[in-house]
Amino acid sequence: MLIGLHHYLIVAAILFTIGVFGIFVNRKNVIIILMCVELILLAVNINFVAFSTHMAPAAGADPIAGQIFALFILTVAAAEAAVGLAILVVYFRNRGNIAVENIDLMKG
Amino acid sequence: MLIAITFYLMAFTAVAAAFMVVASRNPVHSVMYLILTFFSAAGLFILMGAEFIALLLVMVYVGAVAVLFLFVVMMLDVDFVELKQGFLQYIGIGATVALILLAEMIMVGAVYFTGESKTVVPTDPNTTNLEAFGQVLYTDYAGAFEAAGLILLVALIGAVVLTLRERKGVRTQNAAKQMSRTREDGVELIDIEPGQGLG
Repeated sequence: MLIGLHHYLIVAAILFTIGVFGIFVNRKNVIIILMCVELILLAVNINFVAFSTHMAPAAGADPIAGQIFALFILTVAAAEAAVGLAILVVYFRNRGNIAVENIDLMKG
Repeated sequence: MLIAITFYLMAFTAVAAAFMVVASRNPVHSVMYLILTFFSAAGLFILMGAEFIALLLVMVYVGAVAVLFLFVVMMLDVDFVELKQGFLQYIGIGATVALILLAEMIMVGAVYFTGESKTVVPTDPNTTNLEAFGQVLYTDYAGAFEAAGLILLVALIGAVVLTLRERKGVRTQNAAKQMSRTREDGVELIDIEPGQGLG
């Protein structure tokens, strides 16, 4: 039984779907939504690394490029988590709760 | 065969833990399941032969981001029972969108990969994964690397600026004022006549 590229892609697809599902379902807790964004980014990373490691070297491009890109996604995800949680702390300090339903001051 | 068993174990753990991140009632448990998800994903990366990204995932996520999440979850004194209400209210639309997304992605993959069995092509058997990274990261991708550092700097300063607040009525040390004091404005010598006192 050979584990090929599509196995990894299906795992990434399921993780991505769970992330999107979590964003839809959680209307009360912003922290869970931030975690779901991390899950989505992880799925993207799995795709990048899978394509990178399964790419034939003769294809012309450098196969390691996908992993380099995954590294940068990791960086951006960490920065996003830090800033997102900081915004959350400030919001909680001002409002006393973190319910998503109440974040509609601008009535967008 | 061993690789297949390991793959299915890791993949199943990752998916189950990711689902528990969404479904768990307690956000602290959610963070723990998030750690489990990332750990299993790191296992998948090692199976693919990308050891550097795998170890980076464990270090950055389990070591830093998950701890940050835990910190915030435990610091915010939120009524978590109330937070989970409304889960069933939105489960219909959420599940519908999620299933459509998944079906689309799997169909695209199925169309693309029908009949073909792709095998793992090692990037280069003579160099390690880390060596391959080092060869290009500081040469071909030096600009992107610097930009990543800049993003981290902006995030660092942004997080501090957002959460810093000046509290009123708190005595703090003013180092500049302290250091700029001289003997002239700090000490006054008064010659007092005997029997007259100060004044």
